[in-house]
Amino acid sequence: MTELERKQDRAPVPSEWTYASAPEARDLVTLQDRYGHYVGGEWLEARETYTTISPATEEPLAEVGQATPEEVQAAVDAAREAYANGWSDVSPSERAKYLFRIARILQERSREFAVLESLNGGKPIKESRDVDLPLSAAHFFYYAGWADKLEYAFPNRKPRPIGVAGQIIPWNFPLLMLAWKIAPALAAGNTVVLKPAETTPLSALLFCDVLRQAELPPGVVNIVTGDGRTGAEIVKSDGVDKVAFTGSTDVGKAIQRELAGTGKKLTLELGGKAANIIFDDAALDQAVEGIINGIYFNQGHVCCAGSRLLVQESIYEPVVEKLKRRLTTLRVGDPLDKNTGVGAINSKQQLDKIQELVASGAEEGAEIYQPPCRLPEQGYWFAPTVFTNVAQSYRIAQEEIFGPVLSILTFRTPDEAVEKANNTPYGLSAGVWTEKGSRILWMAERLRAGVVWANTYNRFDPSSPFGGYKESGFGREGGRHGLEPYLDLT
Amino acid sequence: MAQAPVLPRGFELPLEPRLPRIGSVDAVALEERAASLAKRSIKREAKVFALDLAVRMMDLTTLEGQDTPGKVAALASKAIRPDPGDPSVPSVAAICVYPNLVPTAVQRVEGSSVKVASVATAFPSGQSPLEAKLDEVRWVVEHGADEVDMVIDRGAFLSGRYAKVYDEIVQVKETSGDAHLKVILEVAELGTYDNVRRASLLAMAAGADFIKTSTGKLPGAATLPVTLCMLEAIRDVHEETGRMVGMKPAGGIRQAKQAVQYLVQLHETLGPGWLTPDLYRLGASSLLNDVLMQLRKEKTGTYQSPDYFTVD
Repeated sequence: MTELERKQDRAPVPSEWTYASAPEARDLVTLQDRYGHYVGGEWLEARETYTTISPATEEPLAEVGQATPEEVQAAVDAAREAYANGWSDVSPSERAKYLFRIARILQERSREFAVLESLNGGKPIKESRDVDLPLSAAHFFYYAGWADKLEYAFPNRKPRPIGVAGQIIPWNFPLLMLAWKIAPALAAGNTVVLKPAETTPLSALLFCDVLRQAELPPGVVNIVTGDGRTGAEIVKSDGVDKVAFTGSTDVGKAIQRELAGTGKKLTLELGGKAANIIFDDAALDQAVEGIINGIYFNQGHVCCAGSRLLVQESIYEPVVEKLKRRLTTLRVGDPLDKNTGVGAINSKQQLDKIQELVASGAEEGAEIYQPPCRLPEQGYWFAPTVFTNVAQSYRIAQEEIFGPVLSILTFRTPDEAVEKANNTPYGLSAGVWTEKGSRILWMAERLRAGVVWANTYNRFDPSSPFGGYKESGFGREGGRHGLEPYLDLT
Repeated sequence: MAQAPVLPRGFELPLEPRLPRIGSVDAVALEERAASLAKRSIKREAKVFALDLAVRMMDLTTLEGQDTPGKVAALASKAIRPDPGDPSVPSVAAICVYPNLVPTAVQRVEGSSVKVASVATAFPSGQSPLEAKLDEVRWVVEHGADEVDMVIDRGAFLSGRYAKVYDEIVQVKETSGDAHLKVILEVAELGTYDNVRRASLLAMAAGADFIKTSTGKLPGAATLPVTLCMLEAIRDVHEETGRMVGMKPAGGIRQAKQAVQYLVQLHETLGPGWLTPDLYRLGASSLLNDVLMQLRKEKTGTYQSPDYFTVD
């Protein structure tokens, strides 16, 4: 056999088209065995640690610190000191310079960060590469532009920084949420103590390396890791002037109780149970893509996920048919594979919660559909799920599942759509699908949601404010509005 | 002439008992979906599968004023045996020529699996009387064309005379007899995806075996989004009637990488059932050698100079 024949032998033409695995190179990112806390520009050896894993394989990735009250205090002190001794005197254009640097470094290192984000969080590399990283960099670019123009953002007022911002972020978009928090805080002239989520600390820890590369003065950004206890310490600390929290509504309420009467400023970005509303004149195939993107993007770990589908009854059948068919082409599996569309559930705890709620849906009488797909044996996985025959009163229509689970309800008239969409304790986002422009405006006026998307879903831009009504929280992130919580505007 | 002021006869038939629904297309979302499918990473044996399929689905085309029997003969040889250096490479699906060259083409591919497709109906503009178009179709079929690639009357379509467009397709279909009918929409002249969808449904309702994007004579021929738009129309017809209509993007597909993107889109929109030359064709004149080069690379691990692939 010649060399050529041997090679030809090895690559026979298969009888059906299954895509070969196409993994992104994992060695793009180098992890340390152990991480401390980033305080005052130095690594502080962590006294207590825990293991952070890859949810797709349960493989341990690194030991990270569980910050004690003293360690949190050290971080807050470092932020106070940096604020008092220098950062508040740094000229606004100089602050912009650091933010521009951070943005550019994130762009340069985006593949590395994307791999880490998928590794530690379980989200498909396609999303971390095409959404998380570009948006994170865009946020720093955007707020860099505001840093020396604050008085134009708020004419006839005197914008001044607040001091030290304590920021607690969730695990669904670790780096992007960090960007949403840190960029406006620094642009406004504050210093920061940030805690990434317990399950996804690694991109925030790698970000410390970006801060060093950008030569950001020590103490301006401090990062401590740990679980809810660490977060509680940040919230409690006397040295913190402003708390920004993104996460669950329960924790948000607890924080609000804790801060009542302290004079600390607070913004909360909490849960959601968004309605995605499909009218009978919508472009159906594109609406179906929008439904898919609305609920299965990032495994449904999205506070603004379109988890309640409201379909006009006259097109219920074709929509459900198209949706089920599309579900069969979703590719669930290895987050690092470039062709994966739905990755791993972020944690065991979250998987338990999803399973519990899905079981309740079946029990209450909803009809469940899951496409045939083989889930990996190791790690935390849940198949994309659709519930039909859902009543407004079922738990799956009321509670935030925060997983790849869609509940389908129907409506007959625009009024009914508005009524059902607003009938929730939340109010973060909504989607409207119709070819009729006037109806889009009519709906947007009536939907009580911070964001209303028309003929699209889950579209973000740093210049667009994002935030909720009711139990979805208060305060806005993004846009000019996103500066306000970080400024004293007397 | 059909009595159908708004919708042509037959257009909405399969959609009973619901009101006829043509539906609309959201351009932004359509283009996003097409772009997202184009990012699939197709490697190793999956790539070989796609490249091999691309060859089997290819309509190797020459549609020039300077076409001669000699040129068509060379094309036919290439079509039958695309890569003399590698007998495992299959023949292409068809060669696509002007009517005058049909007899040569038929003679040259005789005994092989390669079909002869001929453009007809006053290609590429379609601006001729119906009788002339039908005569042309009759002529190419009589001279042995297996497939007829007709153009729709865009002038009629754009002025809202859908019934005229529909009737022409019906008559060409009748005249084509057993020959397969591909209906070219010339999407670049239709202006919107909504029009493309409407024309696609119109052509399928009138009996098209295939719908095809372009003549290849205009810039802005086949694109991924416009092809996706047509695939979605095909899917709707299949859902409603069970009928499987074929698709042929043509024009502007020059690289193997593009061919793979088109096949991914087909695979994930219409499913594995459409992965056959009976239901999908790639109309191209210069794509084949790039596919051959990539195939050779996948098999041997190294790229070879273009000099090792015949130029026909």
